[in-house]
Amino acid sequence: MQIEVNGDSIELADGATLVDLLTQMELTNMRVAIELNLEIIPRSEHGQTALKSGDKLEVVHAIGGG
Amino acid sequence: MSEQNNDQLIIAGKSYNSRLLVGTGKYKDMAETEAAIAASGAEIVTVAVRRTNIGQNPDEPNLLDVISPDKYTILPNTAGCYTAEDAVRTCRLARELLGGHNLVKLEVLGDQKTLYPDMSETLKATEILVKDGFDVMVYCSDDPIAAQKLEAMGVCAIMPLGSLIGSGLGILNPHNIRIIMESANIPVLVDAGVGTASDAAIAMEMGCEAVLMNTAIAAAKNPVLMASAMCKAIEAGREAYLAGRMPRKKYASASSPMDGLI
Repeated sequence: MQIEVNGDSIELADGATLVDLLTQMELTNMRVAIELNLEIIPRSEHGQTALKSGDKLEVVHAIGGG
Repeated sequence: MSEQNNDQLIIAGKSYNSRLLVGTGKYKDMAETEAAIAASGAEIVTVAVRRTNIGQNPDEPNLLDVISPDKYTILPNTAGCYTAEDAVRTCRLARELLGGHNLVKLEVLGDQKTLYPDMSETLKATEILVKDGFDVMVYCSDDPIAAQKLEAMGVCAIMPLGSLIGSGLGILNPHNIRIIMESANIPVLVDAGVGTASDAAIAMEMGCEAVLMNTAIAAAKNPVLMASAMCKAIEAGREAYLAGRMPRKKYASASSPMDGLI
């Protein structure tokens, strides 16, 4: 299935969860926050949150800024 | 010295010894970021929230591993947001990112050339964030009426700009900042515009509770040395404010006694 992550289209296996997505993005164990279709999904729910085709996600982290 | 020892900055119920808040942007690398922030003595450190595929260098450690939330109070900002909606989304992502941490620096900008705050959007975002339980430190214009509105809405700090972000022009309108401080019952910080140590000292001598800066340190030729200079300037300015400066006089007043002259 196709989903959109940070504005880019990504191919992901059907039924994949947010944990699977983070694994594919090589972000496992990184400090990130995820917004799925404008809803924040708490870290504790990443494993149970299955994605579906057309989902729009933002995956963010902290970087240098003032 | 007791007055100075008990002199703490209180933001959203938490006490801090340092009155210098620093950003983490524009440094050469993580090592320089870490060294400069350590030299500044700052306890509150701002970070930006961005997409993971932007600004990432796989060889570099994660910013939050270098500037650890166990050691510093992390202040996520909404830099780059031009609407209340984007700023609120960013704050909510930051809260999740930092494990439920409610302190945020709200900035909603008006345009890219000036990075001047858009106060109508800032007020809109403030209302939503305060209702949502955030402790909001607000980057704002030096408009005393806007500052009063922000305080009435329940923000935890008002942070007028000294001059444009990254300009290094110092405090261009100290009169407005004084008027804001006169009526405020919450901390007023100068955020943005500081260029060098004397600018920071001036803000503190005026009675500002603290100063937030980034570029003045990061864009110095030697950022670590400038961070140390800023640490001293903030302390010196605060002590001068507490000490109470002498009145300005038009004519000379001899320092040596007139009695016993030969």
